[in-house]
Amino acid sequence: MSENFNIEIVNPERSFLSKENVSEVVVPAFEGEIGILKDHIPIISFLKPGIIKVFIGSDVENYYVDDGIVEFKDNSLSILTSSIFNLKDIDKNRINNSISEAENELSKDEIDDQKRFILNHKIEVLKSISSN
Amino acid sequence: MASLDDLKKRISSVKSTQKITKAMKMVAAAKLRRAQESAERGRPYSQKMNNIILNLSSGISDKENAPKLLSGTGEDKVHLCLVLTADRGLCGGFNSNIIKKAKSYFKKLSDSGKILKIITVGSKGYDQLKRAYKDNIIENISFKESKNANYFDADKVGKILIQKFEQKEFDVCTIFYNQFKNVITQIPQEQQIIPLKINEEEKSSEENYEFEPDEDEILGNLLPKNISTQIFKAMLENSASEQGSRMSAMDNATRNAGEMVDKLTIQYNRSRQAAITKELIEIISGAESL
Repeated sequence: MSENFNIEIVNPERSFLSKENVSEVVVPAFEGEIGILKDHIPIISFLKPGIIKVFIGSDVENYYVDDGIVEFKDNSLSILTSSIFNLKDIDKNRINNSISEAENELSKDEIDDQKRFILNHKIEVLKSISSN
Repeated sequence: MASLDDLKKRISSVKSTQKITKAMKMVAAAKLRRAQESAERGRPYSQKMNNIILNLSSGISDKENAPKLLSGTGEDKVHLCLVLTADRGLCGGFNSNIIKKAKSYFKKLSDSGKILKIITVGSKGYDQLKRAYKDNIIENISFKESKNANYFDADKVGKILIQKFEQKEFDVCTIFYNQFKNVITQIPQEQQIIPLKINEEEKSSEENYEFEPDEDEILGNLLPKNISTQIFKAMLENSASEQGSRMSAMDNATRNAGEMVDKLTIQYNRSRQAAITKELIEIISGAESL
């Protein structure tokens, strides 16, 4: 029996990625990273800024997401996100832009704790990407 | 009767109009293909979003304290209508169909004593509504700069809506747009997005999900996104409809111009012939009298 399952990543404009031979996916869920293997129980969770790792055979593909929702059911994983890009073709300038945007947002007074936490986390992740 | 010169001028002016409508038709056809593609590509997202929300809302434990975006404010007094139209004209009945639909809804609301607020997206809708409903329009949003419908714009509208909802400026929100069926048919739609209407029949899956964190929190996070998604879907459908409607309108216009040119040409030829005959008669009768 194969240990593979389906993944589909969609953003509002199009279907971003659709693969049928994924062995493991790690998603940055809100309360920590979740690794999903075949026959995982059905789960719905939402994402915080971070990296989605998709394992296909011995290859790993990395994607950065800002936010999103992940649903796993019947061995198919759907990720809905409004902002996603492949780490391979990411643009350093864009990362730096996002960092300064997030820092700007953070300096405003009226944001609540949860948002502050997410923004801090986002900056951290983006910085670690850009330093690699 | 019009002189030969006048007829000639009219023929050439109709011909140049025909050239314009023909060009517009071609452009619309090319744009339509792209708009249709992006409408189709955008469908999986909104479908999946819908599915997840269905699953979530059926699993929600505490119906009383469900997020307001889902259950509503408990009142039904202030209605906000989001009317999505195009920024350009010359697209047949596209804009007027939406406006007609919206107006009949507005009338129903005012008859039952509800308070009406309107947000228009696209300048054509604003132009048509501002005469009768000037006091009701609270905002006019236009995306003239962006070429295609994009999620970023839809998200902006969504955020405005949510902000207004949280400030308790309205209880119910309905959006109006044209649904693209095919090039000839576009169906004006009204769709209530706040509070979310859930189709009971679609509630089929009895899957037991694990939620992380809990349902309420996920719903709270998801519902605002769903608003933007629905608006985006409406915008995509609208842009495909606009191009389709423009294409068929311009096709008709081109055909009509062709007919008109034919008619005018016949008239032109007849009167030219009449003038020649008249001259001949004059010459002959002149010769006879000598």
